Amino acid sequence: MNAPSITTTAQTNTVSRNFDLAAAFKDALKAALITLGLSIPILSYKTNQSGADLFLTSRWGLVAIVCAIVFGLRLVLHAFTASKAYAKATPSPRQATELVDAGPSAFQKASRFGVPFFLGVALTFPVLIYLIQGGLNESRYWVDLGILILTYVMLGWGLNIVVGLAGLLDLGYVAFYAVGAYSYALLSTTFGLSFWICLPLAGILAAFWGMILGFPVLRLRGDYLAIVTLAFGEIIRLVLINWVDLTNGGAGISSIPRATFFGIPFTAGEDGFAATFGLEFNGMHRMIFLYYLILALALLTNFVTMRLRKLPVGRAWEALREDEIACRSLGINTTNTKLTAFAIGAMFGGFAGSFFAVRQGFVSPESFNFLESAIILAIVVMGGMGSQIGVAIAAIVLVGGPEVLRNLTFLQSVFGTGFDPNEYRLLLFGAGMVAMMVWRPRGLISEREPSVILKERKAISGSLVKEGHG
Amino acid sequence: MEIFVQQLINGLTLGSIYGLIAIGYTMVFGIIGMVNFAHGDVFMLSAFISLIFFLILTTWLGISSVVLALFFVLIIAMVLTSLWGWTVERIAYRPLRGSFRLAPLISAIGVSIFLSNFVQVAQGARNKPTPPMVGDVIVLFQGASGYNVALSYKQIIIMVVTAVLLTIFWYVVQKTSLGRAQRACEQDRKMAALLGINVDRTISLTFVIGAALASVAGTMYLLYYGVVSFSDGFVPGVKAFTAAVLGGIGSLPGAVLGGLIIGLIETFWSAYFSIEYKDVAAFSILAIVLIFMPSGILGRPEVEKV
Repeated sequence: MNAPSITTTAQTNTVSRNFDLAAAFKDALKAALITLGLSIPILSYKTNQSGADLFLTSRWGLVAIVCAIVFGLRLVLHAFTASKAYAKATPSPRQATELVDAGPSAFQKASRFGVPFFLGVALTFPVLIYLIQGGLNESRYWVDLGILILTYVMLGWGLNIVVGLAGLLDLGYVAFYAVGAYSYALLSTTFGLSFWICLPLAGILAAFWGMILGFPVLRLRGDYLAIVTLAFGEIIRLVLINWVDLTNGGAGISSIPRATFFGIPFTAGEDGFAATFGLEFNGMHRMIFLYYLILALALLTNFVTMRLRKLPVGRAWEALREDEIACRSLGINTTNTKLTAFAIGAMFGGFAGSFFAVRQGFVSPESFNFLESAIILAIVVMGGMGSQIGVAIAAIVLVGGPEVLRNLTFLQSVFGTGFDPNEYRLLLFGAGMVAMMVWRPRGLISEREPSVILKERKAISGSLVKEGHG
Repeated sequence: MEIFVQQLINGLTLGSIYGLIAIGYTMVFGIIGMVNFAHGDVFMLSAFISLIFFLILTTWLGISSVVLALFFVLIIAMVLTSLWGWTVERIAYRPLRGSFRLAPLISAIGVSIFLSNFVQVAQGARNKPTPPMVGDVIVLFQGASGYNVALSYKQIIIMVVTAVLLTIFWYVVQKTSLGRAQRACEQDRKMAALLGINVDRTISLTFVIGAALASVAGTMYLLYYGVVSFSDGFVPGVKAFTAAVLGGIGSLPGAVLGGLIIGLIETFWSAYFSIEYKDVAAFSILAIVLIFMPSGILGRPEVEKV
């Protein structure tokens, strides 16, 4: 969306400092009018129900506020693009040298300390929270949030293998999460197997399903593949709902055995964890154990991915992402390459799923709907497809962000008492995905460390890597 | 036999709704080669627009004739939904031309999530029932077992409106300069631009037409089921996409044919096999068609060039 002021300046190549205020004003007015049109009637009238009847209440004040916000934002955007165009047209004396300067960027410098910092915080998180909150029971909420975030970090890293490295858009990733969760739930409730036996089994089963579902779809083009994986994900969910004999249908499976500390249960009894180690019994021991369990699983995912990237198969994935035809011409077996990406991604999804089941103690098909896939995909996309640290940051922001917002009480005084940021979470997810594709299609972290290095390690900007047909 | 005829009628009604949505998918795919994942949610949004305007017209303005109210609702919904279609294309898809290949699809998923949650936040999460609109039925014939084969007025309205709009749409695409420009862009966008066709405008209009037809489907869906909720865009959207793929994506008659087939399969599956697995049937058809017959019934086979 170019402002009229910018199109004219680009032609004449003389940029004036004060941009065309009248044109910007006119454009902002147009945007506000379109917003008004869009608000009718979805925003301007609310349908309320009393008994069987619907009645309408008007909310024109809200529409006016929204239109004013759009108007203001549009004006700011114009001012911003105009000043940017001005800066571009008047080069600074250092510009020529900056372009060829291949020294480490600010991000690369930061990342040298960033990764150990993140790792340190993750490892000491329960201790830090314990010290800040001053007690085990007080820190329950935060440790729980940490577990939730790490689950999504792990899912994001697992999907990153499929989407970020191999370039296969998988919209049904949650199916493998579901396979893992139900594997653990069914194996432990029917055969009484322990978590540590079920975990690898769940991974293997999920990988197996990844291959079964992956095999027929590999001939498909990128977006067809996305839609078919979406269909498979939905089929698995619908089967879980309707195959009542096996899965207990929509009611789900409850009373799944809890995690044990390598055989020692977290109970208050004689042979419980607390008694064995001479501690006072506290339910938080189990939570902290779960936290370190998911941290270990997530780090395992990361470690395996990083190692795989250096192996021939990992290089083949990235080559496949960039150009499938070139890959085939070079003799790479694209079928096997895609299948391994699918299977390994699915395996980590399965691990995460069985962790989910052991944490919740309850699984139902409703936890595995398309929205869940979309959230994981949003994490991968916003993290910059292929960047491990980016995915972790995106998971923290997207999953932890709304929770933090909920605790900010001043927001309630601004937006009124009934304000719950979680309601707007998905709205922002959707808008964020679009904004990401428009402004930074390579994600927040778009620097790429090349996997193959000739003489000297150089990071390249993600925008220089062009994707071919996948 | 009676059940068969009844299901045939129901299936064709449902199929015309799917066909109307499927046209939006197939046109957009034909012209810019992207799966407009948000199309199902535009359909859902239009059903809400229709619902609210139906309430305004009947309760506030006091129009007592349901058919007259429906006529106005249809026109208003088409205009407002077109505006949504245009805006979505302008904001979320146009800046992405020339970006990497999966970018438009990811952006479309974002729009889809945004739209369904926007409606949820704006209108609430509960199902919205409409006041009963058209309830009368014509009993066609009575079977030996006393089973009435009925054709309801709303089914007649749905099929007639669909047929009329498809005829108008067919005329637009085949006979007007807009339709010619659109078909030219479909074949070769660069060449069309060189010959003086405003490609951006043509693509915008494609989205507008698609959204308008989706809004007709939305109004008809509301009329047929009498209830709508914010999550109703997803499953009909995927089924309509299945219809578009089955008919051969890019082919307009194929979309309508595919819609009718999917509608028939769904109703017959529910009647003769199991109603629980009807969505599984539709999703399976999507997977099977894409894997074994990617060019569909009426589509052209795709040739990949290096």
